[in-house]
Amino acid sequence: MSKINTLEDLNKAAKRGLESIIPPKTKVMVGMATSGIASGAQEVYDALAEEVKKRKLDIILSKTGAMGMDCIEPLVDVLQPNKPRLAYSKVTAKKVPEIVDQIVKGAVNGSKPTYRMDEEDFICLNEKKPYFKGSLPKDLDGIPKISDVNFYKKQLKLATRNCGMIDFESIDEYIAKGGYFSLHKALTKMKPDEIIDEIIASGLRGRGGGGFPAGIKWQTCRRAHGDIKYVICNGDEGDPGAYMDRSVMEGDPHSVIEGMIIGAYAIGSSQGFIYVRNEYPLAVRNLQRALDQAREYGLLGKNILNTGFDFDLRIGKGAGAFVCGESTALMTSLEGKAGEPRAKYIHTVEHGLWDRPSNLNNVETWANVPAIISRGAKWFSSIGCKNNSGTKVFCLVGKINNIGMVEVPMGIPLKEIIYEIGGGIPGGKKYKAVQTGGPSGGCLPDKLIDISVDFDSLWNAGSMMGSGGMIVMDETTCMVDIARYFIDFLEFESCGKCTPCREGVHRMNEILRDICDGRGKEGDVELLESMSQGIVDGALCALGSTAANPVLSTLKYFRDEYVAHVRDKKCPAGVCKALIRFSISDEKCTGCGVCLKKCPSECISGEKKKTHVIDQTKCIKCGVCKESCKFDAIIVE
Amino acid sequence: MVSFIIDGKKVEAEEGATVLQVARKYGVMIPTLCCHESVAPSGACRLCVVEVKKGKRTRIVTSCLYPVDEGIVVETKSDRVLNVRRLVMQLLMARCPESDVLKDMAKEMGIEPQPAFHPDTDKGKCVLCRLCVKACEDVVGASAIGLSGRGKNKKVGPPFVEDSKTCIGCGACAYICPTEHILMESTDSKRKIWGRTFKMQACDKCGRYFAPVDQLKFISDKTGTPMTELAVCMSCK
Repeated sequence: MSKINTLEDLNKAAKRGLESIIPPKTKVMVGMATSGIASGAQEVYDALAEEVKKRKLDIILSKTGAMGMDCIEPLVDVLQPNKPRLAYSKVTAKKVPEIVDQIVKGAVNGSKPTYRMDEEDFICLNEKKPYFKGSLPKDLDGIPKISDVNFYKKQLKLATRNCGMIDFESIDEYIAKGGYFSLHKALTKMKPDEIIDEIIASGLRGRGGGGFPAGIKWQTCRRAHGDIKYVICNGDEGDPGAYMDRSVMEGDPHSVIEGMIIGAYAIGSSQGFIYVRNEYPLAVRNLQRALDQAREYGLLGKNILNTGFDFDLRIGKGAGAFVCGESTALMTSLEGKAGEPRAKYIHTVEHGLWDRPSNLNNVETWANVPAIISRGAKWFSSIGCKNNSGTKVFCLVGKINNIGMVEVPMGIPLKEIIYEIGGGIPGGKKYKAVQTGGPSGGCLPDKLIDISVDFDSLWNAGSMMGSGGMIVMDETTCMVDIARYFIDFLEFESCGKCTPCREGVHRMNEILRDICDGRGKEGDVELLESMSQGIVDGALCALGSTAANPVLSTLKYFRDEYVAHVRDKKCPAGVCKALIRFSISDEKCTGCGVCLKKCPSECISGEKKKTHVIDQTKCIKCGVCKESCKFDAIIVE
Repeated sequence: MVSFIIDGKKVEAEEGATVLQVARKYGVMIPTLCCHESVAPSGACRLCVVEVKKGKRTRIVTSCLYPVDEGIVVETKSDRVLNVRRLVMQLLMARCPESDVLKDMAKEMGIEPQPAFHPDTDKGKCVLCRLCVKACEDVVGASAIGLSGRGKNKKVGPPFVEDSKTCIGCGACAYICPTEHILMESTDSKRKIWGRTFKMQACDKCGRYFAPVDQLKFISDKTGTPMTELAVCMSCK
């Protein structure tokens, strides 16, 4: 590949890329991000390759990242010339021949696609290209447009704009989507200060959780003294249930790289690092490939785009410590030492990596930058709400129907995310709370369902945006148990440097365990409260000082559950084993015998068609009987 | 020079000084465990927290690390500060129930052990202040001990908890340890520390055992001074 030196070269690459995005022949795309592979996409991909070879078909088979709706993966998209793009969901290797039949016939019969796309959005170029002209083919009647699917209806994809849309192995496809044009614009038409002003004006706030204005950070770093400055990408996503950064690094690695090059030019840096946890092997692979491609095209390295600007990027692999997502610990880890945080009284933008000015932003923040540079600050700040411009990517997991990654304009009511995008709570159960901001965040109760999802509102409610995990809980979730779960996670992940986090979180975990096991004592709740305050005030880093949040927020909104555990020795949600008892309702039991067969400890007895009985001495309280009973006859007290 | 307020008193200090340094200079007592003038502060123990008001923002900071600034208002004994110190002391006492140093400190501060914390039995008297590690690395230059593990299982010791090959038996770690956790057993001709027994050098002139041979070799290698010159004790030099 020859180097890209001019706008003309860039246009040539874009043309090549467009021919591969909307090719003149059939293209089949398989969602091959980690979420896809976990649900069997590799087998589907292999089966497709085999089928295409067997039938000697002239079909392009490509790999894309995650579209977001993980609960319907593996996802296979079929794009035939002058036809809408069709998405087949929950595809198995067995279903592949039938899909290939449909491709050969060029008509849908049998298995129907879940949705269709009529056009492709080129956000950075501000244009939409239709996949077909004329009217919709008859056989596609009744197949909804993606924009009519509840999960996607209210979404707006900026940071994840290319995820699931382009082949993550192709730099040309990225360029065709408007990629690296922003870099060209920045390097040839804008001065560093103008770029910084643009980012400030856009109102972009750090998506890693803190929400600090990115442009101000860049400006401080640019003004900091020092010949050598670093830009760093934090890809050490470690919150349980959060995987948006992984999805961007896997599905659209160039967006992060381009954002970083623009940032480096604005700040005056010639060296950058992408810190990724090694448990994200696909992200590491895709980023490495993308870096090699960018270097080959002359978009990284010496004399980028023939402008005289030099900048290069390297990947630093993390060993999976949660604390390394904290900026100073991340930098210590990059320096080759054990990842421990240090005090930030002097900011890392002045004294960071190897004591030099360092600008760290997270994956999502960097991925937003090219879009802002191409479309302008005014456009970006028109999205979202006051002081919270743009979108935020969330991972919607837990007790929710549509599990997946969503990107929504900031300020969207939580209700719309849970009930419209997420499709509500499965099994007709009652919504109880949502945990935002990961282990350091908090639980928002039912009464806050209308809260505006933005940095400030979440913070004021005692939770936080965090990196964007959203764990939904229903009535069968015990809030004390949840607090214990997160505290347990944080105890395990505490680096051990400072006393309040190392010892304090450990002691809180002991107290919470006692409460859940029925050994709670009067005064435990008050002790937890006073310890929480001490840890918030006393811990060294952000991980420690937010470690008490799961307890503080559950205490704030669900204090009665703590009291029930401690005083009445009862777990209202029926979760904490030491405090519950399973029995069978005389009225509802039909004597079908299903629970008797399923019980792993053989503690249920009873004759057919007669009420069954649980032997309390043998019951291990696993809940299998309750799950298997169709008549709701199992009582949990 | 910058001027600011500590506990209602107006004080002056060089730019770059920490709040703790200035407080001590003016006789304001702030308890510490992990701070020592020989090594750079790490902010690990969190006993030295103070409340700092800068502009509109009030927050708890570690005085051993926080650089002084014009116009800040420092409170060293506010309720928030004392709450953190009490928690830290109670946590450390539960970790190291046998430490008399901690007991005495707590007594002085009027802090009782927290009965809800079940005392540990496996941590000895180590409060993980990391002074030993820093002294060995930054002052001695041997880097024989370090920290391994994380969280409450973090531990000080030689790599892989094996007998240290690089330890020179100087005993700086035992000397700097604030809680007397590190044990050094000395007889005339031998010294035992970190699981290794060191041979002591007898002074060529007076015959008194005065330093481990390995330590003298280490100094000889570093400075190029011949061993014969180093084999004389300080009193006979």
